[in-house]
Amino acid sequence: MTDPVRYDTPVTIAPLLRIAILLLVAGLVLIPLVATVLGGFKSLGDLRVNPFGLPESWEWDNYWSILSGPRYWHLLLNSLIISVLTAVLTLAAASMAAFVFAHVRFFGSRLLLQYLLLGLLFPAATAILPLFIKIRDLGLLDTYWGVVLPQVAFGLGMSILLFHNFFRQLPGELFDAALVDGCGYIRFFRYVTLPLSRPIIAVVGVIVFVHSWNSYLLPLVVLNRDSLYPWPLGMMAYQGEYSTDWQLVLAFVTLTILPAVCMFIVAQKYLVAGLTAGAVKG
Amino acid sequence: MNGKLAVVLLFLPPALFLFTLFVALPMGEAAWYSVYNWNGYGTPENFVGLKNYILLFHDRAFRSALVNNLLIIVVSLAVQLPLAFALAVLVADRFRGAVTFRMIFFVPYILAEVAAGLIWRFVYDGDYGLVAKAATAVGFAAPYVLADRDLAMYAILVVIVWKYFGFHMMIYIAGLQQIDPNLYEAAHIDGATGRQILWRVTLPMLRPTIMLSVFFAVLGSIQFFDLIMPLTKGGPSDSTQTIVTYLYTYGVTRMRIGFGSAVGVVLFLICVAFAFGYNRIRTHHD
Repeated sequence: MTDPVRYDTPVTIAPLLRIAILLLVAGLVLIPLVATVLGGFKSLGDLRVNPFGLPESWEWDNYWSILSGPRYWHLLLNSLIISVLTAVLTLAAASMAAFVFAHVRFFGSRLLLQYLLLGLLFPAATAILPLFIKIRDLGLLDTYWGVVLPQVAFGLGMSILLFHNFFRQLPGELFDAALVDGCGYIRFFRYVTLPLSRPIIAVVGVIVFVHSWNSYLLPLVVLNRDSLYPWPLGMMAYQGEYSTDWQLVLAFVTLTILPAVCMFIVAQKYLVAGLTAGAVKG
Repeated sequence: MNGKLAVVLLFLPPALFLFTLFVALPMGEAAWYSVYNWNGYGTPENFVGLKNYILLFHDRAFRSALVNNLLIIVVSLAVQLPLAFALAVLVADRFRGAVTFRMIFFVPYILAEVAAGLIWRFVYDGDYGLVAKAATAVGFAAPYVLADRDLAMYAILVVIVWKYFGFHMMIYIAGLQQIDPNLYEAAHIDGATGRQILWRVTLPMLRPTIMLSVFFAVLGSIQFFDLIMPLTKGGPSDSTQTIVTYLYTYGVTRMRIGFGSAVGVVLFLICVAFAFGYNRIRTHHD
């Protein structure tokens, strides 16, 4: 133990033991996923006797029957519309509000910020029934907006917090100089703040998008027409219809998590940054 | 004035309007509706006082939901977080494959709850599932895990650990990487053992990170819903209800607005109590 190594981790453990533990956990994590993907390639009889191994014969038809019909694509399109609208509106409303809180002091501004941040603590479930009544009375049941607007509202707390922290870290001299030169607040926001804020816009955008893409309870309550279903609702409906055909359900599940995995690979940096952003504010 | 007033009047209202309409007002209305017996049509007129709350706490299904939520919290804190921490320590420094392992462990977290739930519904399926196959391979009868009221909740707890440990591991990795390596070196030179370094250097330095991970774990456990729906929908015979699945089953699907709102208010109060307690502990120690 006298070798001059860098101690990145507190516990020193035999490298072989470490790899063994990691491989074991990785196996436990991956087995259900791999079995799901492979299960989508099996015939039902094959799945019954052999859920773990490779397919006896590769049944591409399971996947093809889903990909060649309109149903799957329609669900993805609905999800895409809802998630994009949610992300864009959240980014706009949250960045504007956070900008005001970061640069303009007025009577009650701190209180208003606290008010908006209250939303961080409470899940939509606490008010889901009054929310349902409100959406119904506004005539937004069975519309995209009935899902989008409440999702934006519930995402504001987190988004405003992240934008506010970021805006306050931008050098204040920039702002003072711009004001002296006669640049107004709104032009400053448009031409200085936003271009400098690309990293935080990406982080907030990705978090809000993913959250909306995966959301289940709110669409479940608001949407009854299956032509409007986002994919989590559509997948549950599909499972209900084909509950005896596990091979089709598994193929469907695989195809619906595929976009999420692709998104993760593309936006990995922002997603992990967004998740750990909370850790920094501590 | 540089348009100071204009920016306030233009930039704040969208957020304030949406938040008030869809978050603050419904919260207040939940408290209001919760003292009525109301099916959602017309205006709430049938005032029942606290009857909804009394009904709620006398319902065995709700009490078992509370117990299940508590169980989820305990398992999250006592099993999931230590596991996440241990794995974070194992993959925090750079060795070949560290990043790959991190990504693998993180994969379950990026899946939607509903998708993860269906995957595990397959794993637990008594006819086609992995658990049944593994059991029969070693000579046991194939268990119908999710149909067994004594097993179903434990089966769900396994899925919870599987789904979320990678998220907490990522938080711990970020925390570990912020600790100055010189501290370890200094402790090492002073003759500290690995175990001493862990207890006296790493864990104290990691306190804010651990607090954050506890916060996420508990808040997530309180509002648990999405994952249960594809697995059991709260059954068999209410053995896997949580507060929110109970709210959905007995409030939303039956359009009992008053009763369901009462459940929402209880959930709200639990969140407030937790946030309050959490803040006290945090400020007390800092």
